[in-house]
Amino acid sequence: MTLMAEPSDTGRFGEFGGRYVPETLVPACQELETAFRQAWADPGFRTELGDALRTFAGRPSMISECRNLGDRLGVRLLLKREDLNHTGSHKINNVVGQALLAKRMGKTRLVAETGAGQHGVASATAAALFGLECKVYMGAVDVERQALNVFRMRLLGSEVEAVHSGSRTLKDAVNEAMRDWVANVGATHYCLGSVMGPHPYPWMVREFHRVIGDEAYAQCQVLLDDVPDVVVACVGGGSNAIGIFSGFVDGRSRLVGVEPAGGAAVGRGQPGVVHGMRSYLMQDEFGQVLEAESISAGLDYPGVGPEHSHLASIGRAEYPSVTDGEVVEAFQALARSEGIIPALESAHAIAWVMREAHAMPGATVLVNLSGRGDKDVAQMMDLLA
Amino acid sequence: MSLESSLRAKRAAGRKLLVPYVTGGLPGWDDAVRACAASGADAVEIGLPFSDPVMDGPVIQEASERALRAGATYPSILDSVRRLDVAIPLAVMTYYNTVHRAGHRRFASELAGAGIAAAIVPDLPLEESAPWTESADWAGVETVMLAAPTAPDERLVRIVARARGFVYSVGLLGVTGERDSLASTAATLARRVKTVTGSDGIPVLIGVGVSNAAQAAEACTVADGVVQGASVMRRMLDGGPDAVAAYVAEVRAAIAS
Repeated sequence: MTLMAEPSDTGRFGEFGGRYVPETLVPACQELETAFRQAWADPGFRTELGDALRTFAGRPSMISECRNLGDRLGVRLLLKREDLNHTGSHKINNVVGQALLAKRMGKTRLVAETGAGQHGVASATAAALFGLECKVYMGAVDVERQALNVFRMRLLGSEVEAVHSGSRTLKDAVNEAMRDWVANVGATHYCLGSVMGPHPYPWMVREFHRVIGDEAYAQCQVLLDDVPDVVVACVGGGSNAIGIFSGFVDGRSRLVGVEPAGGAAVGRGQPGVVHGMRSYLMQDEFGQVLEAESISAGLDYPGVGPEHSHLASIGRAEYPSVTDGEVVEAFQALARSEGIIPALESAHAIAWVMREAHAMPGATVLVNLSGRGDKDVAQMMDLLA
Repeated sequence: MSLESSLRAKRAAGRKLLVPYVTGGLPGWDDAVRACAASGADAVEIGLPFSDPVMDGPVIQEASERALRAGATYPSILDSVRRLDVAIPLAVMTYYNTVHRAGHRRFASELAGAGIAAAIVPDLPLEESAPWTESADWAGVETVMLAAPTAPDERLVRIVARARGFVYSVGLLGVTGERDSLASTAATLARRVKTVTGSDGIPVLIGVGVSNAAQAAEACTVADGVVQGASVMRRMLDGGPDAVAAYVAEVRAAIAS
């Protein structure tokens, strides 16, 4: 029995999760849960998904050893190269799964939210491949700082709508995608981009990303004949972290989810309910959701997936945070020492290793490099010029 | 004053029920509630503004943002409610995190203490509602349940069984806001809900997408009454309490004839 098993009947991981949605969406969530349960138990669906991940997404992703940076830090540093997937991040695992499921359910249209644009681009890509209509909601602030990804999505045939309400970032894009889903629930599937939202999303999205952990576990067995001492991933909603944690949660590895200092839901939040789930949430004393503030649009989120809240509350995983300054330094360090430009999101995980390596000399550290940094180059050029 | 008994008594007297919505905490909102009461409203739904209102369209989103920028909090709104002095029952519309953060029993007691009769929590579906409804029942606060066009019949039965005050029959698939015509789902669902409640059961009001006096009259041919949200709040944002009073009187006249 794994520690990361199916949630309870009400979609809970311990005391977190659930299904807090408007009445209109309850039947849609139930339908999705039933459809996913059947598909996941269907070898035909698994084969179809596995084929798409292999021949389209480029799986399995390799593990690279960072000898230069590792030597400097005094640790053995391994990267799980999700940045090498098609569309440049781990997000493709989930969207291929959800797009196949949407087709199986007879849906013809996807809606998605996006922060940095990685999930939006991945959704637009899957929609193009599987012949689905797609609309992506993106906060107006993010539309500005990720203009290239906006163009990519449009190039792929998706509609992108800038969201001007609230903080104009990821959380508001989620609100708008949910509003669209409420209005168009019959033919539309909400392709949620992280391990968050109402049941069954946190569970389903984790299962679609479990491939990261399964591959990494097998690769570590070959490479190390052991599991790593530490497994590290960045956490916004937490999908890439859940994916890699799932391969190591039942062993001895220390699990570290790194939050941005300006969006530390587990670190600074209190249990709350928004976006369909009960989880740690940055909020004021009256329950108003606070605006996250991070250099990386993809982690600019005041909440976190409910299973992370559970793993934190039972002490199985830890959730430290790093500052934007530390992230910029890590972004450059990985580029210069290893020839790999990471996504700003993934640079959070590197930044934590750079800060904490002195306290774990000789340790084997596996970092999930969730995405590549091409999308962030323009922003960093402005910042570093 | 119980919301449900008050609405039932008015229905028994042959009156169609009108419940306008006003976002609490906006400058002049308390005058708008009084204006509703004086212009033919049977109850008023006071919105507690929330940062992430997923069931609301642009008008109520803007009202909520303005109220929050003006410094509105739910305790400050409840303080003002105590001084409203209107002769009709008042309900609050609140997203669940406000309740969750305060704590169920504390929040229910605070509502009761301010003289609030009922609560509507649009992101709290039946399956998740027990911790709140138990506390609300304990404090004597009636919980209005929403019924959506997507609900199968057996779900409507359970929703009606749990509803207090009235059943909020959601007029369309979508969020609050004005539409050119009343969606066909509005009458279809209200009829299905009325089949469950029976003619003398808990009142059934159509809300979401009932956009003007004519649509309200159309909705009232099937339902016991209407909730008016975005159409009221657009007038509030543009013209203030006087514009609200004129509109509520217009709707009252339309549904009375």
